[in-house]
Amino acid sequence: MGSAGMLKILVVDDEPDVKDLFQQRFRREIRNEEFRLDFANSGEEALSYLNGHASEVILILSDINMPGMSGFELLRQIRKDFNTPPSPVVMMITAYGDPNSEQMAVDLGANDFLTKPLDFAVLKQKLKEIV
Amino acid sequence: MNWADGESYVAIFVAFFVIRYVRNFLETPTRLPDWDMYFKRIWLTGFILMGLGEIFPRPWLIWFQLIVFLSIAYTVWQLYDLRPARTLLFAIAPYAIISCLESLVKSLSHSFYKKTDDYFESGATFSIIWLITFAVIAANQKKSLEKIRLEREKEAEQRRIIENKKNELEYLVAERTAEITRQKEELEEALKELKTTQTQLVQSEKMASLGELTAGIAHEIQNPLNFVNNFSEVSIELIDELEEEHAKPDRDVELETEILADLKQNLQKITHHGGRAASIVKGMLQHSRTSTGQREPTDINALSDEYLRLAYHGLRAKDKSFNATFTSDFDTSLGLVNMIPQDMGRVMLNLFTNAFYAVQQRQREGGDPNYKPTVTVSTRCVNGEVVITVSDNGTGMPEAVKQKIFQPFFTTKPTGEGTGLGLSMAYDIVTKGHNGTLEVDSKEGEGTTFKITIPA
Repeated sequence: MGSAGMLKILVVDDEPDVKDLFQQRFRREIRNEEFRLDFANSGEEALSYLNGHASEVILILSDINMPGMSGFELLRQIRKDFNTPPSPVVMMITAYGDPNSEQMAVDLGANDFLTKPLDFAVLKQKLKEIV
Repeated sequence: MNWADGESYVAIFVAFFVIRYVRNFLETPTRLPDWDMYFKRIWLTGFILMGLGEIFPRPWLIWFQLIVFLSIAYTVWQLYDLRPARTLLFAIAPYAIISCLESLVKSLSHSFYKKTDDYFESGATFSIIWLITFAVIAANQKKSLEKIRLEREKEAEQRRIIENKKNELEYLVAERTAEITRQKEELEEALKELKTTQTQLVQSEKMASLGELTAGIAHEIQNPLNFVNNFSEVSIELIDELEEEHAKPDRDVELETEILADLKQNLQKITHHGGRAASIVKGMLQHSRTSTGQREPTDINALSDEYLRLAYHGLRAKDKSFNATFTSDFDTSLGLVNMIPQDMGRVMLNLFTNAFYAVQQRQREGGDPNYKPTVTVSTRCVNGEVVITVSDNGTGMPEAVKQKIFQPFFTTKPTGEGTGLGLSMAYDIVTKGHNGTLEVDSKEGEGTTFKITIPA
C-alpha cells in the first residue's frame, strides 16, 4: 500500500486535544501503517478536506456539537455530495447521548452512534471490522 | 283714726299691684325663686299691721310703706347686675321717700302737715312723673336687654348648630382617618409581603440561573474529565510500550525519546484539563454562594470566557439541536479589575443566556438558510474604564421592548420561562454595585449589543 493511496480515517472535533489523543491511542496502528488518521477542527474544514481526498477516506468520526456547522449538517453534506461508492462509513460522536440525537443521526444516514467518553477498545474493534 | 279706713285699703291695694308689677318686670319667680316666695306675699303684711292695730306704734302706714319699699330695694340689690332693676329702684326712690315723709309728717304733726300739704302734693306729682318716666326707661332697657338676650340666644343656637356640625365633621374625619390608617397598615403589610416575595424571587432567580447552568456545567466538566481519563489511560499504554522497548536487547532510543516526550505532553494535558474542570467547579460554587459584596481583583477575561461556555452549554443541554458560534475578543492587557466576581459573573451569565436565546429564536424562525448564530464577547480598556460588550446577531428587539428590559418582572419569554428579573438585577449590579453603566443597542431582526462600562 502506497502512502498516497492509504486508507484514511477522518476525525472531526472542535477540541484540538482530540488529535493528540487519537494519535497516541492508535500509535501502533499508525506505525504499522494499517491506516492513516487525519483531523479536522470543524465541519467546514472536514468538507474541504473531503473535496481533495474523497476516494481515500473510508471512515469519518464526527462530533455532533461543534461551533458553526454541526455534525448533523456535515453528515447531511457527506451523504449528499460524497456518495460515490464505496461511500464512507460515518460514526457520530456526542457528549449528549439522548435517543433523539441518535435517531436523527440514523435518519441522516450515520452508520453508528457513539457517546463520549469514547471506549477506544470498542472503537478499535469496530475499525478492524471495517478495515 | 280708724285703722280700716279707705286710705289703708288703697295703700294695700296699690302695694299689691306695685309688687305684682315689680315681680313681672324683674321676673323674680324665675330669677329669685327662693325670695319670690316671700316677696309675692309682702303686701299681706299690710293686713297684719292693720290687725296688730294699737300694739304697734303709729303710724302703721309708714311701716307698711317702709316694708314694701325695702323689700323692693332688697330685690333690686339681689339683682344689682341687671340694669333695668337699678333704673327701677331709681324710679321708685323719690316717690317712696316722699310718700314715707308725707305719712311721717302727717302722723307727727297734723297742723304742720296742713301747712306743708301743697309741697307734698307737688312733690308727689313730681315723683309720680319721675316714676313713670323711669319706669318707661326701665321698660325700654328691659326690652333692649331682652333683644340682646334673644340675639345672644340666637347666636348661641347658631354656635350650637355649628358646634354640632363641627362634631359631626370631626366624627367623619376621625372615621375616615381610621379607615385611611387601616388602609395604610394594610398597604404596609402588602408592601412587606412584596418585599419578602421579591427577596425570594431574587433568590429563586439565582437558583434558576444555577439550574440553567447545571447542564452546561455537567458538559463542561465531563469534557475535561474525559480528556483526563483518556490521556491517563493512553499514558499507561505508553509506559507499557516503553517498558517493552526497555527490555529489548536492541533498544530504539529514538522511539523511547518520542514516547517520553508524548508522556510529558500527556501529563501537561491532564493538568490542563484537570485545571479546567476545577475552575468550572470553582465558578459554580462562586455563583451559588451568597455574594460577599466585596470587590476583589478579578480576571474579567477568564470570568467572561467561563460564563460564555456555561451559558452556551446550558442552553444546548436543553435544546440538543441548537448550535452557535461564540467568539471572544479579549484585551489581554486588562489584567485584574476590581469587582465583585459573583455579581459580575451573574451579569455576564445573564447577558450570554439572553444572547444565545436570541440567536436560538432567530434560528428557529428559519428565515435565512445561511444564518449563522453568533455571540461575541469583547473586553477593552477605554479611558481608564473597562468596557465589556456582548453582541449577538439574534432577533433584536423593537424600541418598545428596549425601553422596558431593565424593569423588574419584564420578560418577553413565555410564562414560566423567565422571571423578568435577570436584566433588572444585572442593571442594579452594574450601576449600584460597580458605579458603572449598562447600555443596550438593538436593531430588530439584526441583533443586540450590551455594553458594560465600569471604572477600573
